[in-house]
Amino acid sequence: MSQTTAATVAHANDHALDHGDHAHGHHPTGLMRWLTTTNHKDIGTMYLWFSFTMFLMGGVLALGIRAELFKPGLQLWHPEFFNQLTTMHGIIMVFGAIMPAFVGFANWLVPIQIGAPDMAFARMNNWSFWLLPPAALLLVISFFVPGGATAGGWTLYAPLTSQMGPGMDLAIFALHILGASSIMGSINIVVTILNMRAPGMTMMKMPMFVWTWLITAYLLIAVMPVLAGAITMTLTDRHFGTSFFNAAGGGDPVMYQHVFWFFGHPEVYIMILPAFGIVSHVIPAFARKPLFGYSSMVYATSSIAILSFIVWAHHMFVVGMPAAGVLFFMYATVLIAVPTGVKVFNWLATMWRGSMTFETPMLFAVGFLFVFTMGGFTGLVCAIAPIDLQIQDTYYVVAHFHYVLVAGSLFALFSGTYFWLPKWTGHMYNEAMGKTHFWLSLIFFNITFFPMHFLGLAGMPRRIPDYATQFADFNMIASIGAFGFGFSQLIFLAGVVKCIRGGEKATAQVWEGAEGLEWTLPSPAPYHSFEVPPQVK
Amino acid sequence: MKYLSRSLFGGAVALMSSVVLAEPAKYLFQPPVTSVARDIFDLHTSMMWIITVIFVAVFGVMFYSIWKHRKSVGHKAAQFHESTTVEIAWTIVPMIILIGMAFPATRVVLEYKDTSNPDLTVKATGYQWKWGYDYIKGEGEGISMLSTLTTPLDQIEGDAPKGENYLREVDNMLTVPVGKKVRILTTADDVIHSFWVPEFGVKQDAIPGFVRDTWFRAEKEGIYRGQCVELCGKNHGFMPIVVNVLSADKYTAWVASQKTASVGAADDAAREWTKEELMARGEKAYASVCAACHQPTGQGLANAFPALAGSKVVAGPAIDQIKLVLGGRKGVFMPNSQMPAQSMLSDTDIAAAVTYTRNAWGNHADPAIVQPSAVKAAR
Ligand SMILES: [Cu+2]
Repeated sequence: MSQTTAATVAHANDHALDHGDHAHGHHPTGLMRWLTTTNHKDIGTMYLWFSFTMFLMGGVLALGIRAELFKPGLQLWHPEFFNQLTTMHGIIMVFGAIMPAFVGFANWLVPIQIGAPDMAFARMNNWSFWLLPPAALLLVISFFVPGGATAGGWTLYAPLTSQMGPGMDLAIFALHILGASSIMGSINIVVTILNMRAPGMTMMKMPMFVWTWLITAYLLIAVMPVLAGAITMTLTDRHFGTSFFNAAGGGDPVMYQHVFWFFGHPEVYIMILPAFGIVSHVIPAFARKPLFGYSSMVYATSSIAILSFIVWAHHMFVVGMPAAGVLFFMYATVLIAVPTGVKVFNWLATMWRGSMTFETPMLFAVGFLFVFTMGGFTGLVCAIAPIDLQIQDTYYVVAHFHYVLVAGSLFALFSGTYFWLPKWTGHMYNEAMGKTHFWLSLIFFNITFFPMHFLGLAGMPRRIPDYATQFADFNMIASIGAFGFGFSQLIFLAGVVKCIRGGEKATAQVWEGAEGLEWTLPSPAPYHSFEVPPQVK
Repeated sequence: MKYLSRSLFGGAVALMSSVVLAEPAKYLFQPPVTSVARDIFDLHTSMMWIITVIFVAVFGVMFYSIWKHRKSVGHKAAQFHESTTVEIAWTIVPMIILIGMAFPATRVVLEYKDTSNPDLTVKATGYQWKWGYDYIKGEGEGISMLSTLTTPLDQIEGDAPKGENYLREVDNMLTVPVGKKVRILTTADDVIHSFWVPEFGVKQDAIPGFVRDTWFRAEKEGIYRGQCVELCGKNHGFMPIVVNVLSADKYTAWVASQKTASVGAADDAAREWTKEELMARGEKAYASVCAACHQPTGQGLANAFPALAGSKVVAGPAIDQIKLVLGGRKGVFMPNSQMPAQSMLSDTDIAAAVTYTRNAWGNHADPAIVQPSAVKAAR
């Protein structure tokens, strides 16, 4: 069975073309178009722009961190503000940049990959998106209230959070809103995928990106309420005299960590599974060879999702768990490497004896494979409990999760953007700019984060505004890398804007080796597509 | 570029060998001085070997494929896309390797979790932002001290060259005998802190309201430096842990000196102090405890920490100020933040610090002097 759908699209496209793009006439225009739109493509576009804006904002905060850490001593910020920077960088990148970016991809791609005319709940889709800007606004405002933004770390550990000012409450409300948006988005995606596939597209014929998002959506529905519970308890501890996490009142601060990481670990996979989906499209397209082991990819993704619920306490090896607890979470955690390894091997087997070319999407996909796997290896090192005893809460952990979140999630997002951009805009992007963006990102990424492994091993804790002098060299290198990485992203922005404005006309097929229903649509994909479902054989 | 090449080369060296480089180590764990730390070091080294082999094998295949299976060199794509045998193989083999990695770690987990039969038990309490050490059981029982960063502010702010142990130096070191099993009980007074000494392979969160434990047996005399590793607020980066490991004889002598000092301290607390004595001691106490928030200038920080210069509390009755210092208070600017209670400080230190604030920065409070006996009475 072939994993990509060999589709016959007899009539749907011509039909869509007849409609023309915005030719209906009764559509609102200007700002009202975007405020009221229920079109999955418009909403996907808004999600992507929103997440890119948040990415730049979180990036500026990161540069604030790296500027302070350029050399030992306190140069730029008070320690309290430094803590606000690290906290808000984390919250904004996780909840504002990475997660909404993947939802943007889902909006654009899920309907056109399964041959559906739109998302199942089009109005709720609009509402899911328009919840995001107010939440982002709360986060930005929180910097300007007395005491500033929350400075308790993105994990918001109790009881430090009870010492924060009103910025903490704003962050809690923002997370509630973002969580509600994620849950609505996920329900929409699940219902769309389960009910609106084109005739003939059985579950095991679905494109990998659709599969990974189906599983991700279930994860989101399962764990976002858990996060909401944890931060609501924090809120009532702060204002209403409860003592969920306050030992003086009979509560337990460690309980917060258990609840948070029960959300937090699946969250890690929420941010990486759709990335796996994207890469599973890009590599076969540029290897001109079908994805190897489609069904094993599906099973591996599902196993990762299931295992992600029983490993949360590996984030807590040093809180003082009994030995039996440590051992259970250690063994469960190393097991996750098995399905993850299977995915990596399948991608390699897809490349093997292919006929590869290396346009920007493929460069980012191969870069992803290489650098993400390094993050996987350091994850394995962290999983071994005694080793984690030394590297927990150090820069080693910072290096590890940036290898999986930047080189993993972000590189996959770039790969996907370059891959589908011609389909979205109707123009080819500038290949030279794309390649420059890739190489600068890859090099500066490693200059920034590779030295952090050494910092962590040698004993530099994370989240400190100043450090002992033996850490000076690597911090300076990391800071230089960070600024290089940050400014390289402007090339991406310029490339995307240029591509939207014009460029070489894209064909419907765009890439020689691309397969799937979306490539049967003209480029740019018409405003309404697949109003008559295509037949999938 | 010099930095870059050095780091890349150093990285390669570090990955390929378990040789410990210069001291303090820059690329690897600090040289271990306990059996647990050495086991961790060895586990890490063997992990790195296995990972290096897998890395080279997997990416060797990938780069070979990238080199050979390109369209530009005329390679035609094969169309295979499935093999159950291969899938089973690359599920089973990694699983065996992974369990092989975790298995040796099991013994080390059991080892570091075994805190039974200690020779000395010390309670380490995390405060915002210092450590308190209470010797609970064993030689030195009854000794109690606070351990605060001594790096001067002008080094931190760049007005003076940074010292050798910048940010990792304290007034009172946790002092322990060599070769003895030391059990550390961790707890905290306010938020979660974490007790870490890299050379010992010891890291344990200190959780308010709960007591956790860990242990080490240092094999070599010397001074070992670590710091708090759990984000604990503003001065999280400024609460080091410095351990002084002494020979049995020197440790016994140290214990004796501490006992005399504490007798002296008791006498101190009982006698009347002059204003000059109180001011001199108060300036030190203020600098190490209060200045972090209220600032060395007594001006506080806008919207965060109240100024003490010109403060109504400082100008008011002495007993109110003593009570506030002992009991802490709800935040003035932020309802949820608070000034932590300082009751772990000695009567003398509190009396001196209060006296200092009542007379510094143009303050002229009445009464100007607070005696340790007044603090004792107020507790
Ligand atoms: Cu601390």
